[in-house]
Parts: sequence; C-alpha cells; structure tokens
Amino acid sequence: MDFVPEPREQLILCCECGTAIPPNPANMCVNCVRSLVDVTEGIPKQATIHWCKNCERYLQPPATWMVCDLESRELLALCLKKLKGLAKVRLIDAGFLWTEPHSRRIKVKLTIQKEVFAATILQQTFEVEYVVASMMCPDCTRVMAQNTWKAKVQVRQKVDHQRTFFYLEQLILKHSAHNETINIIEVKGGLDFHFAQRAHAIKMVDFLGSMVPTRSKTSEQLISSDIHSSTSNYKFTYAVEIIPICRDDLVVMPKKTANALGHISPLVLSTRIGNTIHIIDFKTLQLSEISGITYWRNEDITPVCTMRDLKKFYVVDVELLGPRVGKYALADVTVQRLGDVGKNDDVIIVRSHLGNVLNFGDLALGYDLLTANINCDTFESLNPDDIPSVVLVKKGYAERRRKRKQRNWRLKALNKDEGDMVPKKQELQKRTTDFEAFLRDLEEDPELRQGINLYKDTSIIQRSSGSAAVPTDGMIEDEDDEDGDDAPEVPLEELLNDLKLASSDEADDEDMAVD
Amino acid sequence: MAVRAQFENSNEIGVFSKLTNSYCLVALGGSENFYSVFESELGDVVPVVHTSIGGTRIIGRLTAGNRRGLLVPNSTTDQELQHIRNSLPDSVAIQRIEERLSALGNVIACNDYVALVHPDLDRETEEIIADVLGVEVFRQTIADNVLIGSYCALSNQGGLVHPRTSLQDQDELSSLLQVPLVAGTVNRGSDVIGAGLVVNDWSAFAGMDTTSTELSVVESIFKLQNAQPSAIVGEMRDSLIDNFS
Repeated sequence: MDFVPEPREQLILCCECGTAIPPNPANMCVNCVRSLVDVTEGIPKQATIHWCKNCERYLQPPATWMVCDLESRELLALCLKKLKGLAKVRLIDAGFLWTEPHSRRIKVKLTIQKEVFAATILQQTFEVEYVVASMMCPDCTRVMAQNTWKAKVQVRQKVDHQRTFFYLEQLILKHSAHNETINIIEVKGGLDFHFAQRAHAIKMVDFLGSMVPTRSKTSEQLISSDIHSSTSNYKFTYAVEIIPICRDDLVVMPKKTANALGHISPLVLSTRIGNTIHIIDFKTLQLSEISGITYWRNEDITPVCTMRDLKKFYVVDVELLGPRVGKYALADVTVQRLGDVGKNDDVIIVRSHLGNVLNFGDLALGYDLLTANINCDTFESLNPDDIPSVVLVKKGYAERRRKRKQRNWRLKALNKDEGDMVPKKQELQKRTTDFEAFLRDLEEDPELRQGINLYKDTSIIQRSSGSAAVPTDGMIEDEDDEDGDDAPEVPLEELLNDLKLASSDEADDEDMAVD
Repeated sequence: MAVRAQFENSNEIGVFSKLTNSYCLVALGGSENFYSVFESELGDVVPVVHTSIGGTRIIGRLTAGNRRGLLVPNSTTDQELQHIRNSLPDSVAIQRIEERLSALGNVIACNDYVALVHPDLDRETEEIIADVLGVEVFRQTIADNVLIGSYCALSNQGGLVHPRTSLQDQDELSSLLQVPLVAGTVNRGSDVIGAGLVVNDWSAFAGMDTTSTELSVVESIFKLQNAQPSAIVGEMRDSLIDNFS
C-alpha cells in the first residue's frame, strides 16, 4: 500500500490575535479584520423618506414624486438612493424585511462588499430602517391652497380674430415654453398664463418677445409683508400686448413713417410675422420690416384691411413685368370679381407681386378697395391716385377641392382653461372658422410651418394608404389644370410621429406609432 | 531580543539596514534615531556602520552578507567601498559583484552556512557567493516568488518565510538550511519578511507596525528569548563539553 501524505493545511498565526489561520491577503483572521474596520461605516443605518398623504406618492429627491407600492422594486430603488455612502461599496443584495404597513417604518436588509486592505474584500449584512415621514407634495399644496400663482402673463392682441393665438400656441408647444405654467386661461382677446415663480413669467415674456413684436407692462400687488424680516410677498402681472398687425393685412402708415422704413410706399402688405413684421410694397416689390419699437414709437401704423375683408377674384390674365424679388415677381394681373364672372365684363387691371403664383383661370384673394369701407385718417390723407382699386394678397383655392380630403396631420393643443368665458354658439363658430383659416395658412405656406410641429394623424394615413397612395406632391402649385390647382397639402415627410405613452392594455386600442 | 524600529516613518527597516553576526550596516538618515536603536542593541558587540550604496539609502536590498563577508553591487562607488572596508573588521571579506540582478539583498538570502539565491543568478556570482560568504548555494524560490531575499529572513537559529509557503516547501527549505522554519508575517500582516525584519543570531529588528504576536513568533523561531552573544558561547561550550565528555 502506497503512502499517501495527508494534505496538511498550511497555517499562520493571525497577526493580531495569534490564532492559527490559513494565510489570506491581510494575514489576519476574519474577526480581527471585522474589529479593525467596519465596511458599513459611512452608510447611515437610519433614514427618512417623504411621503405625500394626499396622493400617496413618495418623494424622490430632489423634486420628483412617484407612486410606489410597499415592498416594490421602485420603493427599494428609492430607498437605496437615500443612502449616501452606498456608492463607495459594492452592493450584493438588498431586500425588504416585513414591517407593519401602518408602522410607517420600512426596513431594508443590505449585503455589501468592500475592499478593506489591499486585495481583501469583506462582506457584511446589515439593516437600514427608514422612517416614512409625511410631507405634502407641491402639487397637492397647490390644490389645497387654491390661489398659488405668483406671476401672471396676460397676452393680448387687439384684433377681431384668433389666428395669432393659434400660431402662438403652436410656437409655445414647440418650444415647450408652457412647461412651468400652472394654468392657462382663455379670456376675451387673449390668453392668461399663470406661474408659480416670477422668473418663469419673465421667461415667458421674453419668449413671446422673441417670437412676435410685443410690448409689456409690469405691475405688482402686495400680498403680505413682514416688517421684522423686511420681506414681502407680491403677485406680479405682466401685460403683454402683441402688435395688432397680422399676416396678409393691408397696412397703411403716414408718409413720414414710410420714409423712415426705407422710403417704402405708405400702403403695404404684411407678408410674414416673426420677430418683426415683414412688409412688401406690392407695386414695386420693395421689402421692409416693422419692428415693435418702430410700431409703438408713434402707433400710427394701422392695418386697414384684414383677412375677413378678403374677396375672391378670377384671374383673367397675367402679364409679367420682369422684376423679381425672392419668390415674388411683379406683374400686371387682370382680374374680375368672382361675382361679376359671366354677368358683365368689368375687369380690373392690378399691379401685383404675385406674378409667378397666379395663372390664367386661377382664383385670387384680395382686398377690394373700391368697395371697402375704410375708416382711417391716415388712409384718407393718402393721395387717391396712389390707391389701387384692388390689392391681391394670395392665391385662392376652390372650396370643393379642399373638402375632398381629410387632413393627414394634426396639431397639438395647449391644455387651456376656458375660464369664465362661456363660448356662445356664434363665438364658437367664429373660432372654428379662424382655426380653419389658420390650418389653411399652414398648408399653403411652408415657411409658416417651419416654426411649429405638425404630427401625423396615423388613423387617416392608414385609411388612405389602404385604398390608394397619398399624393405627396401637392405642393407643386404651378401644375396647370383647367379647373384650377389642388389645394396644397403638407408633405408626409414634414410630419412628426406622435409619442403617446399608454399603458399596455390601452396600447392595443391606440394606433399611435412610437418611434 | 526582538526590537521594533522605524526608519523615517517607514516600517520597512530591512530596506535600510543589513544585520549579520559580525557587523551591521545602516542607511544615512535624517536623524540618528534609527541608528541609535541598533547601536543600543549591538553597540558593544559588533560595529554599526553608516553607509550608502551607490549613493542610495536602500542598502539592505542592495547588499547581501553574513559573518564572513559582504557582497555589494556594481553600483557601489570606490569611496563607499573604502569606507565600508575601513569600518568593518578585517575578518570580513568584501566583494563587489558584477551582476545583472543588482539588488543583491532581494535575490540572496543567507545565514552563515547556506545561501538561497534567485534561480536566474549568474553562475559566476554563485561561485563568488560560495567563496566570499563561505556558504553552500541553492537556487530556490519561496511561495513561487523568485525574490527569495525579500520574502524570508534567516539566521543560524531559524528562519521566517513568506506566509504562503507550503508545508512541503518549508520542509524542503528547512532541510537545505538545517534550521527550523516558520511561515509568518511582520508589520501587521505584511508578507515581505525581508523588508520588515532583520535578524542575526541574538537579536532581531522589526518594523514599528509589527504586532506582539508577530514579534513572539520571531522571538521563538530565532530563539531570541534569552539570547545574548555570551549565551551562544555558553551554549557552544556546553555542547563541546558534551561532545568531549
């Protein structure tokens, strides 16, 4: 029988207590290492988590409130985030220890590892107790104390339609400028934005100022003051007035102001509203801009004809004169009032900037200054010879061509409070008309679309793609058709996919594409 | 006696000193505290010499030696060599070695009879070691470390080796050295024994961090409990008389 040496374990003495141990990187027995270092050092054994009694959500610092079940993953994550020193050790395991729900205590058992000496890793298990303290979340506070806005921005425009506000609404949505609003209230002639902080209101005022020419006035109301700490509590109101000139308005100004704007004609059309009002002299194609400062210096620039005054004309002939500026071309356009077509031969020859847009047989929209009832001193003072009989504004499209198709896009809307303005039936109808006009403007003008977000209406797109391909070349306007052109459409590639967060059971019903 | 010492806040005193049965080298430090510890223990028996090797203070790692001789690396300057020659007893042979592994203290562990050396050491060096130190030379590793001088401390009484040295290796080394060996640590669990501990037949110096447990291991394996130079002579006389009788 062979001799098999019994494998003897090599032992050394622990350098602290002298017990025989197998050698390890610290050359110390486990008890001595434990007594020397505490790996849980720096990790609090008690912590407080905040919980809103009203909405039963837990505070995730700094400012998020989330709904968590007891003993849920989310609550564990929240609890672990509360422990400061946990980043310095390796977390092996964590779990809840059962506690009575009404005890307002949560116990978590943690197992951590940490390197104590060179290449010596110590593992330890310990408990952390959380006290659930109740604290009302700001949302609930706001609900509880009804009046909590600190600053208000009142946006007004002194015009009889709401197109500007539809546009502004889209701009605000695109730039997420409404994120900090507490409430948005629709009032006559504009919108009120409520904010919890003054800085947010100032930000909104600045935002509006950067989008459209505005002027604003600040006022404040003292709510309370403390003479001991000399602090006081104010409510701030910012009245923001938007320039009352809109796209496609006919604008008249005194000779002096016109001279200041680069010797432009006193009777001009506004073409685009941005930071400034872009104007064009339709007789010479001269371009200029009216800034807010210029407008409010004298307040003598007046819109005399607005969108409501647009009349339809039938284009009989277009004779290009040659000069072109940008997308405009100067032309003599022979038009006939739509009502006169087939009845008489009253044609009007108009000089217009729409030379390369209009064609024979087209519809054109314009202001009929011969029949218009204009009540404006500046307009009266103009030389009557300079006033054209008709000013063409834009190309028009036959009503039946529009109604053919449903729009394959849609806009988002702000969550507005109707306020105490009970919409009358008449009011509501006017609003719908205005909104339709705004949507048409969007379809016709890609430049206007640039600033805002359009979303795919997938239900419409799916329906139409099932039957036939959607023509996406609707933007081609110079397609010469005997019956006139199709109304332009928004190309599909310009549209955005809407992201809708829905729970899984709802998701089946929702047909929203999530990209 | 085993004594704790510290060289300028460093516990690795084996780096800064070399102790044998016939002399002691210490590095040039900022203060004389380190030197004083050695002087008070050894002063009246063996010379304690301040020196540098090649301008450095890590003399313990650069030199190897025993009662009969001292080996210094090639980097040693002539002046240093002269100084050491002048300071050490004439009976100690001093030899400068041309060796690629110039940290001789790390690659050679020896007592007065046996030297364990790094497996890659030159054959010539091996011969010089045998001649100068009057020892048998064995190429060895300790707990799979080739730097045998760093991981053990030897005297004629015993030896302390790396804590991970297997019992089989310990038995093998012990039979080569003909002294008892033990695996252990110095400086509160440090396994670089050679750097933390210097020993000769009647005294030992360990780093300041060395615990009392470690120190007691050192004292027992090196038989330092009542070790005095005279006690050794007495012991030898006893055995001689034993033999003669």
